[in-house]
Amino acid sequence: MNQIILMVIGAVVFLIAAPFLGGILSGIDRKLTAKMQSRRGPPILQPFYDVAKLWHKEKVFANPVEKIFTISYLVFIALSGALLFGGFNILLIVFCLALAHTFIILAAYAANAPYSHIGAERELLSVMVAEPILILIGAGLFMVTGTFMVSEIFFASGLPAICYLPGVFVALIAVLTLKLRKSPFDISTSHHAHQELVKGVTSSFAGKTLANVEIAHWYETVIFLGLIVLFFGGYPILGIIVALAAFILEIVIDNIFPRVTWQMTVKSLWLITLILGVINIIVIGILSAGGML
Amino acid sequence: MTSSAKSPWILHYNASSCNGCDIEILAALTPMYDVERFGIVNTGNPAHADIFVVTGGVNEQNKEVLKNLYEQIPAPKVVVAVGICASSGGVFRDCYNVSGGIDTVIPVDVYVPGCSVRPEALIEGIVKAIGILEEKRAAMEEKK
Ligand code: SF4
Repeated sequence: MNQIILMVIGAVVFLIAAPFLGGILSGIDRKLTAKMQSRRGPPILQPFYDVAKLWHKEKVFANPVEKIFTISYLVFIALSGALLFGGFNILLIVFCLALAHTFIILAAYAANAPYSHIGAERELLSVMVAEPILILIGAGLFMVTGTFMVSEIFFASGLPAICYLPGVFVALIAVLTLKLRKSPFDISTSHHAHQELVKGVTSSFAGKTLANVEIAHWYETVIFLGLIVLFFGGYPILGIIVALAAFILEIVIDNIFPRVTWQMTVKSLWLITLILGVINIIVIGILSAGGML
Repeated sequence: MTSSAKSPWILHYNASSCNGCDIEILAALTPMYDVERFGIVNTGNPAHADIFVVTGGVNEQNKEVLKNLYEQIPAPKVVVAVGICASSGGVFRDCYNVSGGIDTVIPVDVYVPGCSVRPEALIEGIVKAIGILEEKRAAMEEKK
């Protein structure tokens, strides 16, 4: 009984607090980026002003169904986060995230505009690239802790999962660059003003639709930082410090690397997954079969 | 100040300008002037924009493009004519294919003169535009 209450509290706290945390992180991101370019930059709360403004814009749609699709995107992203912070099954979370991205891809395809179509194709690629890593994370954590339940992984005793899964962890950091929509891996849309796809997947969304996508992005930021913390089960403070350090690392990467092409993105991320992730899992498998874990 | 005044996103279009004013617009984004500190973002996408910044005197070729872009910006929106070309046609006014100022094609809210316009003048023009944007938004809310 107690556990169920804890799970519900975790999920509700996430649903309420994550947009604030995600928005502030995004504000910090813009401020730090400005500082690195020796500019003053916008206020930390700028992302909230942006969303509030979008909320008051005229409702225009390239295609009315994009409203349903972007709301579904937001709902499923929020649901994945609620499942993660409620301590549910990690595989369920991974599939829920994939479903959420299917909705934003559909929304972009519905717009019937070239930039938005290319954006949708690139988003599809990014899902293809990120999904194997997410599944490896689930598999790896299962092999180390013997459970798929996030609550049990998080409160696991003994050495944290990172000690057994350094390769998978590095792969997660690599895919974080893609998921936070940072260069060099940004291939579908980014926060930078001018890029080849003119905002790609979001280029046809306006007003509230765009605001929903932005809020979903805040949720997603917190979800991925949460996944990092999961590697430090039993040591939450250390986990949070590492997650924040990873976030700052992403901002630094964003500011010093130019973009790569989508071919490079697919190749390099798949190589990282294959070499670091899969080999890491195989080694763990052999060790535990030999009774050494 | 409300949210729309704190987050004006800009769409910049070159309607056959000589590129002089466009360079000055880009200068406003550099560390020297840094317009992002006011929350201004150069979006490059009409669906996301609030303020339409246009340079150049408009010719027969890009009239339609200009109109199209204007219509794609969701309300409330404000148009800023940047440079003397966009304001009145400037030195190109008498050319056979130049319309002479963008207000011959779309309604203009703020005129920023200069050839080329100085970044300081441009920023002042945008600040004026933000005020008008705010008024338009209030009018929109009232209608609801
Ligand atoms: S106002 Fe001057 S600098 Fe600006 S577009 Fe016209 S000719 Fe070029």
